[in-house]
Amino acid sequence: MGASGSGKSTLMNLIGCLDIPTKGRILLMGKNIAALAPSGLAAMRGKLIGFIFQQFNLIPTLSALANVAIPMMFQGVPSERRNARASQLLGMVGLGDRVHHKPSELSGGQQQRVAIARALANDPKIILADEPTGNLDSTMGHKVIDFLKELHKKEKKTILMVTHDERLAKEAERIIYLKDGKIIKRG
Amino acid sequence: MIADYLKFSFSNLKSRKLRSYLTMLGIFIGIAAVVSLISLGEGLRYAVSSQFGFLGADLIRVNVGSAFGPPGSSTPSNPLTTDNINQIAKLNGVRMAAGRNLRQVKMTFNGKTSFAMAVSMPDGRERKEIEELIGYSAAKGRMLKDGDRSLAVIGASLADKETFDKEIVPGASATIQGKPFTVAGILKKKGSFVIDGAILLNEDMHRELMGLPKDQYDFIGVRAANLKDVDAVKGSIEKLLRKKRNVKEGEEDFSVETAASAISQIDNVLVGVNIFVFLIAGISLVVGGIGIMNTMYTAVLERTKEIGILKAIGAGTQSIFSLFFLESGILGLLGGIIGIALGVIGTLMLAALGRSIVGTDLFQARFSPLLLLGSLAFSFLLGIIFGVAPALRAAKMHPVDALRYAK
Repeated sequence: MGASGSGKSTLMNLIGCLDIPTKGRILLMGKNIAALAPSGLAAMRGKLIGFIFQQFNLIPTLSALANVAIPMMFQGVPSERRNARASQLLGMVGLGDRVHHKPSELSGGQQQRVAIARALANDPKIILADEPTGNLDSTMGHKVIDFLKELHKKEKKTILMVTHDERLAKEAERIIYLKDGKIIKRG
Repeated sequence: MIADYLKFSFSNLKSRKLRSYLTMLGIFIGIAAVVSLISLGEGLRYAVSSQFGFLGADLIRVNVGSAFGPPGSSTPSNPLTTDNINQIAKLNGVRMAAGRNLRQVKMTFNGKTSFAMAVSMPDGRERKEIEELIGYSAAKGRMLKDGDRSLAVIGASLADKETFDKEIVPGASATIQGKPFTVAGILKKKGSFVIDGAILLNEDMHRELMGLPKDQYDFIGVRAANLKDVDAVKGSIEKLLRKKRNVKEGEEDFSVETAASAISQIDNVLVGVNIFVFLIAGISLVVGGIGIMNTMYTAVLERTKEIGILKAIGAGTQSIFSLFFLESGILGLLGGIIGIALGVIGTLMLAALGRSIVGTDLFQARFSPLLLLGSLAFSFLLGIIFGVAPALRAAKMHPVDALRYAK
């Protein structure tokens, strides 16, 4: 939690291995990721972390299936296994009948569910969700939150969500408050 | 892995079809120009060497006058003689030497008149040698024999329905220079206007018809005993004739041609043409390459956010580089493929057009596999060379900056 400019996204980028700190260490699964080279960071992102963004960030030219399958391509998973897993994941998020649709042919909620399926593609330990409901109406937003909670319970995924919405934050088991780049309160 | 990347890169190009085609334009114009002009040049080279009956590599031809090409329709000032033939025949490495005459004649058949080249055939053993050397054979009827009078064998295109509005078959009567002849046979088509448009007559008949003196020849056909001796024989004929005709080296009023020397003369012309073609095509290809670079830089900029997303979901520097690098390689390669296709079609059309307008077989298309494969490899190379810098830019992007990038 935190107001805009409080450093939520920066923290998320650091945990997500998208960025490295100018000083200090970041331990992720016991490994200091601040010391990793770009290729090492990419490998961590690919295997350990799944991202869900506020703007969904799907690749517009690819079908839902291809969007979900693409993280597996970078991990060298053969195409048959990729596609099988991608359609299984899309089925799980309730888009089994939309696999060949392009993002532009899907509603916001559907797009975010494709993004969730994509985040799960490489079976990551951690899912980082940056304002995942920010672009959705409240009904759709709740569905997404429910889905994330279910993932946490059933699949034992760690879910780290950034939000400035108090009501959403209440759904979490722990809340960390940030202000001006510092943790001011942890629940 | 590579196959997956290729598929991804290809689908990206497909999603921007118009831009991809425009980018490839520069490449395929260059490649098409190279393919068509080189192929036409090759065709010309082949046509010229076959035109003059120089397909036999062991054939040496002695012409009077230094001009390259078939001896003309006028009497040379200092013609070749029977003595010359006998002297050449005695030279080391010579298997056979035969004098021949070649004149333009008027042939009339079916009320129509056409010009043709009447060429004399020697008697005896030399007849067989010449037939073998040039590859004369009768498609219909028979070849001439010693002592045949008022008989002619004509080339395939003269016998064609198109020449006299009526096909000529063996046994038909025609007049040559106003004198009646019977057609004994039709030559097998060779694809050379000299042979296909020729009238073969026995030497005595030819002389009588053209009013040529007994002891003069327009050219001498010489066959070397061994293929490897061709150059040596050519040298000794030149030496002999310089002495007999009393001319200094460099001032010869005759020429001794071999298949190799005929082709090298054409090559001299073609080298100039080829350099010009390569220069023009080179400029076009460099411009095409820069076009690819420009398109790829634009693509990198446009897809900054996509690069950020791909990086976030686990794409490393190398993967991003490969994706963009392959894309430019595909642009080059596709440009090359289209260029080759256009070049081949263009060449065939140009050759057909040339043949129908000028009416000679000099316009031919000959495609060397090396040229086609080389063009393909070169266009791919061009794509990847000009793709390196944009791909590096894409690969080096910082994921956070790229993700934050708004169009």
